[in-house]
Amino acid sequence: MKIIHSLFFILFVTLFLIINYGSDDRNVVNARDMAIQQPAEKSVQIVTACDGRKKVIAEGCYEGEVMPETKARQVAQLLMSLMEFCEDEITAKLPESESTIYVSVNGLPFERVRDIEELPLILVHGDKPHPERQQRIWKAEMDRLIAEGYELFHDPALGGNGVSCDMCHPDASNTHPETYPKYQTQTGKVALLRDMINWCIQNPLEGAVLADDDLRMKALETYIISTRSGKTLEPGKH
Amino acid sequence: MSKNKKRNSSLSEYPSLSELNRREFLKTAVATGIIVVSSGCASQYAQNLTEQREAAATTIANEFMFAYISDSHLLARGKEHRFAKSLIKAVEDVNAMDPQPDFVFYGGDLAQLGLRDELSLGKEILAELKPKVYMMVGEHDWYYDMGEAWREFFGNPTYSFDYKGVHFIVLNSVIVEDYWTQSKMAPMERMLFMAQLDNPKGKPFTVGEEQRAWLSNDLATLRKDTPIVVFSHSPLYKYYKPWNFWTDDADEVQKLLSPFSAVTVIHGHTHQVLTNKIGNIIFHGLLSTAWPWPYAPQGIPKYTIQMDRADPFNQLDGTGWGKIDTLSNGNINMTYMPWTRNPLPVSYEKVVAITEPVHGPSY
Repeated sequence: MKIIHSLFFILFVTLFLIINYGSDDRNVVNARDMAIQQPAEKSVQIVTACDGRKKVIAEGCYEGEVMPETKARQVAQLLMSLMEFCEDEITAKLPESESTIYVSVNGLPFERVRDIEELPLILVHGDKPHPERQQRIWKAEMDRLIAEGYELFHDPALGGNGVSCDMCHPDASNTHPETYPKYQTQTGKVALLRDMINWCIQNPLEGAVLADDDLRMKALETYIISTRSGKTLEPGKH
Repeated sequence: MSKNKKRNSSLSEYPSLSELNRREFLKTAVATGIIVVSSGCASQYAQNLTEQREAAATTIANEFMFAYISDSHLLARGKEHRFAKSLIKAVEDVNAMDPQPDFVFYGGDLAQLGLRDELSLGKEILAELKPKVYMMVGEHDWYYDMGEAWREFFGNPTYSFDYKGVHFIVLNSVIVEDYWTQSKMAPMERMLFMAQLDNPKGKPFTVGEEQRAWLSNDLATLRKDTPIVVFSHSPLYKYYKPWNFWTDDADEVQKLLSPFSAVTVIHGHTHQVLTNKIGNIIFHGLLSTAWPWPYAPQGIPKYTIQMDRADPFNQLDGTGWGKIDTLSNGNINMTYMPWTRNPLPVSYEKVVAITEPVHGPSY
């Protein structure tokens, strides 16, 4: 539904602006999905989207003038991008000569973005929660890696003598990943969590070390760290 | 360093106790005919002993000492495997004790996956012990074949015996509700499910109605001032359920024991220095010969003088065995014998004097 809506929207905006290009009609025109308002200042035009919450201020376009085609396309594309963020009040400013966009979300001060692609970076970090779908994807990916790590952690196959990590570390207890990197007195140098994982694989488990970029190492680290969520990071702590 | 000194001074509180015990024990043992000659099946012998209970004294004529070894988790990978080597080391240490303990108690989890070969290896290693051995079952011994091989090797897991005026009770406290029949688990699946300490679907241990009835009956004829020592694999209280450091019907069992004036529960399973006191019952956990377990994130009894975190670079750190002195009033002095540290005595007097939680190392 959202995509169809957006497609209709861009179609209307584009058609409208193109039709108006070159026309002599200088009156306020109301389209179904948008409106061009005549601003008090003559050097800007404000284009408001159909939801009433998204505005693009096009600088350098005089009141009543028809926008150049490139500018009109830019305004339309920007408005459509802003419509992705349904609940927010967003005002975007398009300066006349530079390609930078200034965006204000929900009344907060304007921030600079270089192009439309950067918009989500500003918009997802407001006070609002991340969209549910996005959260589901992130969680599913995290859970998958945690589950792989959990399996390896509980599997003697990681080593060679029937011993598995969980035998000494139920629920990954006493692994304190939040204290790494730290100086490991027994080895005489600073160790990362993965160095200690490999130490345990080699010694108590009598197995072969994992490469740092081995997916199994990443999974083990993910599982171990996930069990200490909310703990204060204290690298170097003993 | 100061900690070590403190431990040494505590130990010197009763340095010659066991020597004294040995002499007095021999005298008494000869006189009463209780001395154990056979090295055969401990629990069957003990069952016979229960018949003689009426002859038991209600106060202890002699102090005595016994040793414990526990939680060896042997794999069927021969005597060169690290866990087998550790059990052999414990056996050698106990055999080198001078004076020798009156008997050795084994705290359960001799095997890791309940396999006949694992138990058989354990039996072979324990056969080297010079003193008599009393066996207890753990969940790792049980859930592959529901105790079939264990019973064949070591007899009935539930029994009691009297020794020098103390009534000893050995329970099978690792009974859980059936999780395998409906889900059609194969024996090894059932074993692995149970072997995982942090299994989120794990079932809590119980002593169970049948054994509680047996216990009630076993205690019925005893005078209330008879010193009692109960052995259970799981702690007979509720420490931390997610790791099954827990016995679900512990309250009921404690209730049966509470009328008695001197009761000590000695348990395996937790692989750590662990002490608790509930009412007049004192609980001591045993060290494992295989690996130490960290303290649980919550529920550590305030009576526990916590062991420092084990050094992962030292294979033996945090593991070991121990000796238990039974005093003339029937109370127990536990001494942990960790292999890489000083002996750690936890005396009866020390336990009852604790009023505030003893802070331990952070985990």
